[in-house]
Amino acid sequence: MFSNEFWIEWLKYFDKIVGPAVFATMRMVGATMILAFIIGFGFAILLAIYGPQGLRPKKKIYNVLEFIVNTTRSFPALILIVAISPITRMVVGTTIGETAAIFPLTIAGAAFIARLLENSFKEVDMQLIEAARSFGASDMQIIFKVMVKESIPSIISIATLALIGFIATSTLAGAVGGGGLGAVALNYGYQSFNNSILYTSVFILFIMVQVVQSVGNWWYKKSL
Amino acid sequence: MIEIKELTKSFGDLQVLNGINIDIPRGMIYGLVGRSGAGKSTLLRCINGLETYDEGSLVVDGVDVKSLSRKDIREFRKDIGMIFQQFSLLNRLTVYDNIALPLTCWKYSNSYIDHKVKELLEMIGIPDKINAKPRELSGGQKQRVAIARALTMNPKLLLCDEATSALDPKTAKSITALLNQINQDLGITIVIVTHQMPVLRSVCEEIAILESGKVEVSGPVEQVFLQQPQALKNLIGQEDLLLMEEGINIKILLSREISSQPVITKMARELAIDFMVLGGEMDNFRNNKLGSIIINIPSEHLNQVKKYFADNNVIWEFIERNGQSSAEAG
Repeated sequence: MFSNEFWIEWLKYFDKIVGPAVFATMRMVGATMILAFIIGFGFAILLAIYGPQGLRPKKKIYNVLEFIVNTTRSFPALILIVAISPITRMVVGTTIGETAAIFPLTIAGAAFIARLLENSFKEVDMQLIEAARSFGASDMQIIFKVMVKESIPSIISIATLALIGFIATSTLAGAVGGGGLGAVALNYGYQSFNNSILYTSVFILFIMVQVVQSVGNWWYKKSL
Repeated sequence: MIEIKELTKSFGDLQVLNGINIDIPRGMIYGLVGRSGAGKSTLLRCINGLETYDEGSLVVDGVDVKSLSRKDIREFRKDIGMIFQQFSLLNRLTVYDNIALPLTCWKYSNSYIDHKVKELLEMIGIPDKINAKPRELSGGQKQRVAIARALTMNPKLLLCDEATSALDPKTAKSITALLNQINQDLGITIVIVTHQMPVLRSVCEEIAILESGKVEVSGPVEQVFLQQPQALKNLIGQEDLLLMEEGINIKILLSREISSQPVITKMARELAIDFMVLGGEMDNFRNNKLGSIIINIPSEHLNQVKKYFADNNVIWEFIERNGQSSAEAG
């Protein structure tokens, strides 16, 4: 089975199709991660400020934010990608390809990250926040010097979890015209009965997840 | 230093503080005691504006806390340090960075921060732990670090919220000794919230006992312990005493003057009567010892004993067999 011809064939596919798809996936996941983390972090901070146990509880603002996060979170990723395609077309100009996939992935990812970060900010000991207040720290200082600072290990594990999740959803985006490894595994592998491409893609995804998880674990331990 | 007048506060329907009046002079160590839910921690938090109050006034150093804007209250809090039961240190920062945190928040220069942190570490007695993380410290050391952090802004007032409640008795004692030292060396007024009697006795000059949002008793700590008001008894709980069925049970309170004399044996010799000693205790207070002894005398000697007590200025009271102290006392 693994004859010379097989490897020549495999190398050709790898060079022309799988290889570029790996970089496409990395770009897609990388861009999603950066954008979703920035937006999610912002939302989480706002949720932590205006939440019922927050620094300046404001029920109305919190409810609006909460509604946005919950609504977005209630869509399964594939459905969200399809459902918001008109908006994607408005924002990106197309619904096909790598760049078009980043938009829905970012929306879904931001909501996911926002909720997880909010939870980890909420877990910061109330007395610690009181202590910071007692020496005259401002709300901004309490957020960044106390809440975020104390949450860094859990922020790292949330980032690891999110990144692995984005690798998975990026392959879903591939199924509906997003490109990347998911599209290759489906179009050139599964639907073309080409097992070598299918399992090569699967193996590369496996390696990606392992690397992300190992780096995440190492960084988490270091941050404690 | 702190004048509290007719202070009230409620959380929804629950009245937590119900007309509190307290005066705390500058330089004093003042104790707020009471059972859980008596409102003592809420009252403490009103002093530095962590909690708001509904009615009445709370004036610290001539400033009514309620009148302060959000910005002013941050400035106001620079003068008030606070320590907590669970130490409230940042787990991810070193001892140095934890103590430096208030100074970095107020943007002091690095050289000043370095100088101040090292000076405070010397004072709290753990200069070798400068680069340790809180998880490497014992409870007592953590509280020392928290005290150092509370002192970084050179406050005039230090608030202690159950600061020794999470510590074992010996460590608690060393922390109260440190508080005493801070009070004497730096002249900082200290307000302590606690339910631990040994802490009260060893550091506080005056105390106020809170019961369901009201000050039931207040005054110098020795006086309160000698008078044994009902609020204090409620707080300590009833003593389990094995009282005699026959004769009369009497509790003699040993004040500073009385406790230095062999008053009991002297009475036995002078009156030539016999009696039994049922129990007794002596406790160390800030500057002296106070305590009580419970004796059982035969009924026929009561008048003799009463007269002896009166002649010698001994404070005493009857104890009924159900544990209640009788109203007739001298």
